[in-house]
Amino acid sequence: MGWFEPKAEKPKIPPAKALWAICPKCKSHMDKAVWKKNNCICPKCNYHGRLSARERIAQVADEGTFAEVFREVSYSDHLKFHDATGDYKSKVEATIAKTGENESVVMGTCEIGGHKAMLGVMDFAFMGGSLGSGTGERIARACEQAIAERRPLVIFSASGGARMHEGILSLMQMAKTSAAIGRLKDAGLPYISVLTDPTTGGVSASYAMLGDINVTEPKALIGFAGRRVIENTIHQKLPDDFQSAEYLEKHGFIDKIVERAEMKAFIAKMLG
Amino acid sequence: MATKKAAKTAKTAMDCVKIARDAKRPHVWDFINGICDDFEELHGDRLVNDDAGMVAGFGTVTGGGAEYKVLVLGHHKGASVEENMASNFGMVNPDGYRKAMRLAKLAERFRNPIVTFVDTPGAYPGREAEERGQAEAIAKSLEFFAGLRTPVVVVVTGEGGSGGALAIAVGDKVLMMENAVYSVISPEGCAGILWRDGAKAPEAAEALKITAPDLLRLGAIDEIVKEPAGGAHKNGRAAVAAVKKSVLAALKELVKLPPDELVERRYAKIRAYGNFYK
Repeated sequence: MGWFEPKAEKPKIPPAKALWAICPKCKSHMDKAVWKKNNCICPKCNYHGRLSARERIAQVADEGTFAEVFREVSYSDHLKFHDATGDYKSKVEATIAKTGENESVVMGTCEIGGHKAMLGVMDFAFMGGSLGSGTGERIARACEQAIAERRPLVIFSASGGARMHEGILSLMQMAKTSAAIGRLKDAGLPYISVLTDPTTGGVSASYAMLGDINVTEPKALIGFAGRRVIENTIHQKLPDDFQSAEYLEKHGFIDKIVERAEMKAFIAKMLG
Repeated sequence: MATKKAAKTAKTAMDCVKIARDAKRPHVWDFINGICDDFEELHGDRLVNDDAGMVAGFGTVTGGGAEYKVLVLGHHKGASVEENMASNFGMVNPDGYRKAMRLAKLAERFRNPIVTFVDTPGAYPGREAEERGQAEAIAKSLEFFAGLRTPVVVVVTGEGGSGGALAIAVGDKVLMMENAVYSVISPEGCAGILWRDGAKAPEAAEALKITAPDLLRLGAIDEIVKEPAGGAHKNGRAAVAAVKKSVLAALKELVKLPPDELVERRYAKIRAYGNFYK
């Protein structure tokens, strides 16, 4: 080959994920419309994919009953945190613009199958569903309002854990939310925790694991430490189903794995 | 750039991390032996195990004309390689948190105040830890200590590593030693995620605000316990004595409160954590 031969340009192939929906669990490819039509559930392996908070609310709350509360509570960049890729404030503002949400949990009063409830739904698309001061505050206020109005509490979690951009105060939200949940239970009200894919770190280690009833969806990832961290600590390969919904049920930390289509009916039954 | 002298005396957050992890710093047994007269260690969670990473037992703290029968809980990093291995370097399994709760329940029944010593890199990230519910054990501890009807004094003595530290750090008075650190994630872990380079830990340590003065300013702790010149590792005895003095002062104030008021005050304090737009 000569030095000055023109090089053929590589044909531009769009990345597979631009064309197909790819199941994150079994990697099977399907038409995006098929994935959406199937409610983000993999038709091959039954993995229950992530939903936005609004999609979830539409599927759980009785039509027209959801009234959002605490939207005035939002994140604050009190540490003026910035890292190699930029500052927290711009990242979170971009997330707000993208998702239309201003915190990682959307809270509201509603009815579920005719039973009144306080419903909180986390959105993984909002900073990885991380637990910030605003998230913790919304949950604590929800507990207090639930006590005042005698509403059972239902929270759908989806989170990577505490929001490190908010430093120690994000850690303290674990204590705050757990203390508030404790008060709700003392007041004689039930709390149903739905741990959806994924629920890990500081959120699994606080309110998500404190449900009187803990339920999840098929194949959801639930755990405390990350798989890689554990493998690097114990120098062993972990089983494939480690930290899956099925694994947690087997070990006694989940009451029931509920299919998405059955979730609303299940919650209504528990509240009824 | 500051003058050479100023640069020498100004301690960075990462300097604090190094001091907080110094093996010569007083460990849980130094505090127990220096603060309690007749400590009796008790073992086991009554479920599956006895976790050596969590020390628990009853002892008497005497001083200032008063005597308190207390339950002591503390992370045990270990003072030798054998001890380090046995206690996972202070990284506690669910069994350790459940042992702590079991004995705290007993302390509550007899109105014994509780003193906890916090020094852990974090909860143990292991296979069995996950299988036995690490997340559930920590969550339950947080809920449990928030509602406990007996005084809880917390002393962050070294590394306050995330949820594994917080599980025994929910209390009425949170003291922190001058060179201790307390963080939502280790600087190395944070640097690995947000900088994609663990070597950027000093930058992460600075950004996370993990030193005692920062945490006091943020309202996450109540009081800083001064350390002897050069740090607690230079004079362990004096460091332990300073902690004892602060613990005694906290106990004196807290044992006077009726349980209902104590629990209300603690809840109000926990409820106030956070900084958000409203």
